[in-house]
Amino acid sequence: MTVTLDYIKNLNRTTLDDANSSEYVNHAKKGLSREVIVAISKDKNEPEWMLEHRLNSYDVFMSKAMPNWGPDLSLLDLENIIYYARPGEVVSSTKWEDVPAEIKNTFERLGIPEAERKYLAGAGAQYESQNVYHRLKEEYGKMGVIFEDMDAALQKYPDLVKQYFMKCVTMHDHKFAALHGAVWSGGTFIFIPEGVNVDKPLQAYFRMNAASMGQFEHTLIIIEKGGQGSYIEGCSAPKYENPSIHAGLVEVFVKDGARFRYSSVENWSRNTYNLNTKRAIVEKDGTIEWIGGNLGSGCTMLYPCSILKGDGARAEHLGIAFANKDQIQDTGAKVIHVGARTTSTVVMKSISKAGGVSVYRGLLKILKGAKGAKAQVKCDALLLDDISVSDTIPDMQIAENDVSIGHEAKVGRISEEQLFYLMSRGITEDEAMAMIVNGFIEPIVKAMPLEYAVEMNRLIEMEMESLGAVG
Amino acid sequence: MLSITNLHASINGTQILNGVNLTVKSGEIHAIMGPNGSGKSTLSHVLMGHPLYSVSDGSIMLDGEEIIGLKADKRAQRGLFLAFQYPKEIPGVSVSSFLKTAVASVRKARGFGELNPIEFRKKLREKLAEFGLKAEFMNRSINDGFSGGEKKKVEILQMALLEPKVAILDETDSGLDVDALRVVSEGINECATAERSFILITHYQRILHYVKPHVVHIMIGGKIVMTGGRELSEKIEKEGYDWLKDKNQQHTV
Repeated sequence: MTVTLDYIKNLNRTTLDDANSSEYVNHAKKGLSREVIVAISKDKNEPEWMLEHRLNSYDVFMSKAMPNWGPDLSLLDLENIIYYARPGEVVSSTKWEDVPAEIKNTFERLGIPEAERKYLAGAGAQYESQNVYHRLKEEYGKMGVIFEDMDAALQKYPDLVKQYFMKCVTMHDHKFAALHGAVWSGGTFIFIPEGVNVDKPLQAYFRMNAASMGQFEHTLIIIEKGGQGSYIEGCSAPKYENPSIHAGLVEVFVKDGARFRYSSVENWSRNTYNLNTKRAIVEKDGTIEWIGGNLGSGCTMLYPCSILKGDGARAEHLGIAFANKDQIQDTGAKVIHVGARTTSTVVMKSISKAGGVSVYRGLLKILKGAKGAKAQVKCDALLLDDISVSDTIPDMQIAENDVSIGHEAKVGRISEEQLFYLMSRGITEDEAMAMIVNGFIEPIVKAMPLEYAVEMNRLIEMEMESLGAVG
Repeated sequence: MLSITNLHASINGTQILNGVNLTVKSGEIHAIMGPNGSGKSTLSHVLMGHPLYSVSDGSIMLDGEEIIGLKADKRAQRGLFLAFQYPKEIPGVSVSSFLKTAVASVRKARGFGELNPIEFRKKLREKLAEFGLKAEFMNRSINDGFSGGEKKKVEILQMALLEPKVAILDETDSGLDVDALRVVSEGINECATAERSFILITHYQRILHYVKPHVVHIMIGGKIVMTGGRELSEKIEKEGYDWLKDKNQQHTV
């Protein structure tokens, strides 16, 4: 535990924003074309169907307009982005010793090996578009659990990948899903066989490390009947002059009676557009849990989605968003109730500071036939000053009568009386503020695994400290 | 120890304190009594540095140094403590992490060594037991869902851990049943060392049966209008404050 805490203590905004020098990026090309896509696919030695999928996605991407709702994306210059690069001749490796020193250094600063040693069943970490470190504890391998980087999974389990790849979120979904389909690279593949319970969380740590470089990792998770597992992902990106984009895609297939928890802490650098798509399809009596923290990026648009397809399927969404100066956190949750007796709970907490904008954008859709469906949505917003903004944009489409729905939204300002109470005990104003904020998000943080909970609190403290005292 | 001179204060443009004078020496227990609306609680908030009150005149010297202008955290670090009449709830912040942070800040400011977290927990557990509170109490959110008695017990427990030079207890006895009042009073008496001073702010004389003051002041209209010994609080208990109202008018007219 000491080890984990130490690495978290040493984490600070500078560590995360400070990029390693990367020579190889000079060879990578900016902009997107059919040639670039063919080159990516060839470079990865992909099967023909994947190349076809990429090219079709490219056509869809070109034909689709930019979203005309939500935050302004007009400053995102898609021509000026490197869509694919790989560090040197690094190949996937399961031994820490084999990882090159520079890359190791990056990970060491983020604490991956310690975290892995302490708590985790296996860890995959993505450095630019290639995985360099991948590992799964032997016991799970023997149980038939697959925890691979996505490129390797495509080579090793092409049929399995083909069966599920972009079947949950298709290229036609939206412009950035199509972009993802065209240029995806790296990511994580998890397969948990029927009835297998993976009790320790699987983890991957993603990090972008090249100017204007997109990160388009693909995460594909399949939990067979009665299987159980959880996955944790932390993202941080270094800071650069040119805006970069993150358009990852997460697809989770939860089969009958299976249960999966997906946790992520996203802390992309301030000039990143984080346009991420996450979706799960949950079959009969299955459960999906989304736990997310969004702190970084200049603009985030992220609405994890649960499609409760089977009768009795359940979804739980817990989220925290922190919008600091010049940041827009446009986040939320989408739940679609299809099956009977499906239940969902959404709890979102947002904090806005120094003019930051946080928006809860949610969709609750109950289809005809989803009899006995129950849905609860609760959003709390905390404003730390007078110049920050919070907004709630819920959309409810209810086509079934036999349902129970609750929706609650609260916006509050940090209370002067609470601050005074804490300060009267010798606690400084900044500490008192951080304490109130940490208390506010505590119900969500406590659902996270210990090391992530600590990191989340630490990251929040860093946000509280940055940019001076609160007005 | 604490010397208040000609203190004038207002909130939102309404003048509440009209020249309070009070000197509390080391080891003394002072009671400030008065009817509702006399400015007793305002005095406690102004002493502690509540940002909504503004001081227009006067001085507050703690250990010979002016503390007007210092924020509440600095006043606490220098040895002032306020037990709140209505302790605030901070959802999601546990009693233990709150107190650990508070004690660590105060220790640091006073130049003591770092807090040993294991020893602190042990001490906290002992203190909780003294107040008849279970050890699990430390994991609860501070004041969140506490009963009136629990809130007041935890206020006094905080005082014990923060070891102030001067403690202001604002209506600590209000809302307590007899048993809770006894436990809280014992907690206060245990903290009453030869060096530590107390200002007990109270409407009734009830708590003064348990915690014996050296000096009793009567506050009316934002001023101390009478000072005496314990016999003064007994007179208030029998006769109330009405006989003093004229006295106040004489002063303020």
